Amino acid sequence: MAVTFAELAVGQEVARAEVVVDRARLVRYAGASGDFNPIHWNDRVATAVGLPGVIAHGMWTMGAAAGPVTEWAGDPGAIVDYQVRFTRPVPVPDPGSTTVEVVAVVGALDEAAGTARVDLTVAVEGARVLGKAQAVVRLS
Amino acid sequence: MPVDTSYAGREYPPNDVYEVSRVKLAEFAAAVGATHAAHTDVQAAQALGHPDVIAPPTFAVVVAQRAEAQLLEDEAAGIDFSRVVHADERFTHHRPIRAGDRLVTVLHVDSIVERAGLAMITTRAEIGTEAGERVATVVSTLAVRPEES
Repeated sequence: MAVTFAELAVGQEVARAEVVVDRARLVRYAGASGDFNPIHWNDRVATAVGLPGVIAHGMWTMGAAAGPVTEWAGDPGAIVDYQVRFTRPVPVPDPGSTTVEVVAVVGALDEAAGTARVDLTVAVEGARVLGKAQAVVRLS
Repeated sequence: MPVDTSYAGREYPPNDVYEVSRVKLAEFAAAVGATHAAHTDVQAAQALGHPDVIAPPTFAVVVAQRAEAQLLEDEAAGIDFSRVVHADERFTHHRPIRAGDRLVTVLHVDSIVERAGLAMITTRAEIGTEAGERVATVVSTLAVRPEES
């Protein structure tokens, strides 16, 4: 079900989700993406470079945050532009897990282009981990 | 060894073809928790007007990083990966990546600038089909910390 331009307003919340990440998830992402940097699976290496421990791939966080927007848009192909800044690492404990909170709000509407800019707040325990997280979604 | 700023402006020749498979798209979608049926179900994708299953929005990183390796694995460029932090990433999709695509990537080193003691390296991977159709543009900035002195 595609979203239409007329039903949207700037400031409107369009998606909200919590995504849980644990070490097994990071191993799965490493394999799927080909990013085998050991700071994403090896505590010894992570602490040696000054991190609190293993952290999630920034690109995993970016990818996971896109899911709720894609579901809302109704078509993953409607995401025509997607950008983020990586502002804070996401530590992933073992044992245990980390919960990433995603809130998506309409930031701007471009009627001529038929697109909406969706601004994402992506946070762990209330602290933002991505900055300038914006997806441009083509509307029907 | 510091980052060699003379690499700014460099353009690499098109890299080897990356052939997109349904299996790889499903694997990547599962890893990022992308549950939309258009990633795994051909009929669901076709119902939305796509010829085959399509990639999640960040899948293009898999294609782009193969081209980025030309720069990052070039020892003369002086990019020590143990000192690298990913600063930002942007995907512009000219059309969705889909299963069956045979993609070639041209890597551009758009800029290398020093900022607050960090070397900020911005690359742009232009991804297209073998036939020359533009598919995606991936802009990535890495921050390289200076060596401990």
